[in-house]
Amino acid sequence: MDFALAFLVGGALCLAAQLVLDLTRVTPAHVMVLFVSLGAVASGAGLYEPLVKLGGAGAIVPLPAFGHALVDGIVREVGRTGPLGLLTGGFDAVALGLTVAVVSALLAAAIFNPRG
Amino acid sequence: MEGAEARATRELIRRATPQRPVVFNGLRAFLVGGVICGVGQIFLRLYRGQGLPLREAATATSGTMILIGALLTGLGVYDRIGRQGGMGAFLPITGFANAIVSPAMEFKREGFILGVGARMFTVAGPVIVYATAVSVAVGAILWLLGRAG
Repeated sequence: MDFALAFLVGGALCLAAQLVLDLTRVTPAHVMVLFVSLGAVASGAGLYEPLVKLGGAGAIVPLPAFGHALVDGIVREVGRTGPLGLLTGGFDAVALGLTVAVVSALLAAAIFNPRG
Repeated sequence: MEGAEARATRELIRRATPQRPVVFNGLRAFLVGGVICGVGQIFLRLYRGQGLPLREAATATSGTMILIGALLTGLGVYDRIGRQGGMGAFLPITGFANAIVSPAMEFKREGFILGVGARMFTVAGPVIVYATAVSVAVGAILWLLGRAG
């Protein structure tokens, strides 16, 4: 059941992104920026957490979750340390993802060669 | 702000590009994105089963998927998934990893500082910039409304 919901929620987000890509003249990078921003806005409106509860990885794996994690981290840190959390909570929440991405990119560049 | 030449080039590209099958592309994005999220669900279950709370399990799942995306990009597999899935491959966090790793590998020939180090943020940079700016704005609004913390 949770697999079906992850598939449906994640698939629906990707379908929406593909429609934006195909029905406008923007690049995938533009769509990624749009959806990560929408994720942050939806999180602030209290809409993204229910989507995570419903779809599990279907809401956690797509990029809007990155925006959600930033807002979620900010809200938590503001609660703990006050307004300074506006500037620290976001990166705190996404530190693991960004660190893994940067380090693995560096390693991949060192190990692998591009093909084609 | 683009010159006449750029406009003309874009017009040429538009005419040379076959009409994109919107329904077919959408279906493929749905399927590929859904499957990638299904793989993510395996890890989410695993980490939840280890007793991690949802937030921490979500972070661990994202990190795992980034690692997988980076590895598949290094092996040259993710480009093929991307050609099939479109946004179904690029919207998941594995696609974000692909967007970082792919130029990092490609621009190795320009050196590790200005090639790898700079180019890995060609797509990730804008994503991080606007995600940061929007999240701070959203956080500030919530704080002003007394709904943060």
